[in-house]
Amino acid sequence: MSRFFRAEIVSNLPLNNKNNLLTIKPLEPATEPDPGQFYMVEVSNSKTPLLSRPFSFFRKTPEGIQFLFEIRGKGTLMMKGFKGGEVIHMLGPLGRGYPELEDDKIPMLVAGGIGIASIFPLVQAFGKKACLFYGARDKEGLLMLDELKGLVGELIISTDDGSMGRRGTVIDVFMDFLMQTQAKACDYTIYACGRKQMLEVLSRTALNNGIKGYISTEENMACGIGACLGCAVKVKSKELRAKSRRIKNINSELRTLDYELMYKMVCKDGPVFPLEEIVW
Amino acid sequence: MNLSVNIGHLKLKNPVITASGTFGYGEEYAEFVDLNKLGAIVVKGISLKPMEGNPSPRICETPCGMLNAIGLQNVGLKDFLKKKLPYLRRFSTPVIVNVLANTIQGYVRLSTALDDSGVDGIELNVSCPNVKKGGISFGTDKKTLAKLVSKVRQSVKGSVLITKLSPNVSNIQEFSKIAEDSGSDALSLINTIPAMAIDIETRKPRLANITGGLSGPAIKPIAIRMVWESYNTVKIPIIGMGGIMNADDVIEFMLAGATAVAVGTANFVNPKATIEIIEGIEQYLRRKGINDVKEIIGKLHAA
Repeated sequence: MSRFFRAEIVSNLPLNNKNNLLTIKPLEPATEPDPGQFYMVEVSNSKTPLLSRPFSFFRKTPEGIQFLFEIRGKGTLMMKGFKGGEVIHMLGPLGRGYPELEDDKIPMLVAGGIGIASIFPLVQAFGKKACLFYGARDKEGLLMLDELKGLVGELIISTDDGSMGRRGTVIDVFMDFLMQTQAKACDYTIYACGRKQMLEVLSRTALNNGIKGYISTEENMACGIGACLGCAVKVKSKELRAKSRRIKNINSELRTLDYELMYKMVCKDGPVFPLEEIVW
Repeated sequence: MNLSVNIGHLKLKNPVITASGTFGYGEEYAEFVDLNKLGAIVVKGISLKPMEGNPSPRICETPCGMLNAIGLQNVGLKDFLKKKLPYLRRFSTPVIVNVLANTIQGYVRLSTALDDSGVDGIELNVSCPNVKKGGISFGTDKKTLAKLVSKVRQSVKGSVLITKLSPNVSNIQEFSKIAEDSGSDALSLINTIPAMAIDIETRKPRLANITGGLSGPAIKPIAIRMVWESYNTVKIPIIGMGGIMNADDVIEFMLAGATAVAVGTANFVNPKATIEIIEGIEQYLRRKGINDVKEIIGKLHAA
C-alpha cells in the first residue's frame, strides 16, 4: 500500500462558479484518511503547473474520496477541467489531523469559506454534539449547507455582506455566542480552518477567553512529506524549551519565556496545530 | 547491462543521485523509494550549528519551475551525525553530505568531522543563493574558491570531495578549472539560479526572503550548456543537475558530459521519480543496444 497512488476522477461537480466538488477513486489499495489530513493532487502531467496542490479531504463516500476546491489560480482552474474517467496521481493521506476530543468537552467547529472541507469530517464524527460556526464573505462561499443542516447540533451561519445568515465575520458571531452561552469557556474545544487572518483573530480570542483548541494551517508547499522544508510555520515549542533550559549560555531575553521559537512544517508536523502554539 | 559509474574513487550502482535539499535526510523518501537502488544519496546541506531557516513563504511556483528560499534549515553537524547518519548507514547506497559554512575554517571543520565519520562524499556548497553569509560568495570569487577547496582538500582523506558550483558566474569553465586544480575530485552543477517573483495584486515579493533560487525544468537548458562547457574544460567527473524530470533528461545531461546526475525538484512532484528514472535509463540503453552507460558520457555529436 503506497501513499503515492493513481486515482480515477469519478466526478467533478461545479457547486457554483467558484467551487467544485471532486470525487476520486484510488486505483490501488490506499490508506484511510483521518479528519484534518490532506492529499497532494497532481494538477497536470505537463511541466506547468509543476507542483501538486494540497487539499484537505472532505468526505469518504462509497464512490471514493471527495475534495472541495475553490478556483483561485492556475492550478485550480486546470482542476476545474478534470473530467470523469481521467487518471491522476495523488499523494496522501498526509500530515497530522485533528486530535480526538477529550471526554467532557464540547466541540466548537469554526469554518471560514472553503475551510469547511477540512472541518466536515469532524462534523460527521461529532454529530449533534457539535456546534458549527460557518462563515464566508457572501452566500456563494457557503457550501454543502443542505448536508450540514441535519448533522450538527447547532449551525450558525454568517456572511460578511449579510447575504445569508447573520451579517458579520464568523469571529463576531463566535464572540456573541460566548457572551450568551451558559457553559464555561473552558468546556469547549475549538477546531478551526479558514483564512490566516480569521485563524489569527480566532486564536487570540480563544486564548483571551481560556478556550483551547486546534487550527488547520496553510502555507505554500512543494513535497507534502517534510523534505523540501518549504511550508514553515513559526511555533512556540515547549518541548524544545525544556531541552534548552539545560544549556547554560542562552539568550537572556528568552530566559523568561517558557517556550522556544522554532519552525515546524505544515505538511508533516501539521497541518493541524494547537492554537496556542502558532506565532502570528 | 552496466549502469555503474565512478565519481573519483567512489563507485555508484547507477548514475542517479538525489540533489541536496530535495530528499531530506533520506528517511522522508524511504516509504516511496528503495534507498538501496539509488546511485547515491546527497542529504540536505549541513552547517556546524543547526539553522532555523527563513520565514514563510519560502517557496513559490513559477512557469516550469519553482523558487525556494529555505535558508538552509538543517539539524546541524552534531545531530546529523548522531540522529540522521546512522539511519542512512543501514543502506548500501553511498552517502554524500552537502556542507555549508560562512568561513573557510568552518568548511574545514565540517569536512574533517564528516570525513572522520566515514561518509562517502562531501559536497562543498559554495553556491547557495539564500543565506546572507557564505554560500554563493565563496563560489563566485575565484581566489576564495581556490583557497577554500585547497584547504578542505588537505583535511579530507577518505571521502570523495565534490564542489557544487554556482551558475551565477559569467564563465563556468574558469570556476570548474579552479575547483579541479585545487583538488576537487568531482564537480556538481548547477545549483539553483538566483531569481525573483512578485505578486502584482499585493505588490509583495512572492518569497519572504524577496529573492530565491530557481529550480525545475525551466533551468535545464542552462544546466546542460554549463555541463557541456565544463566537460570540455576539466578531466574530473561532473554530476549534472537542473530540472531533471525523467530519464530523457538524464540522457541529455550525460551526452553533454555528466558522469552522474542529481534529481531534485522532480522528487517533490513524484516521490518515486528517482526509481522511475533509473528504469528509464535502462530502457533507453536497451533500445539503443548499449551495454554500458559510461559509453554515452560526453558523446554528443557536436560536429
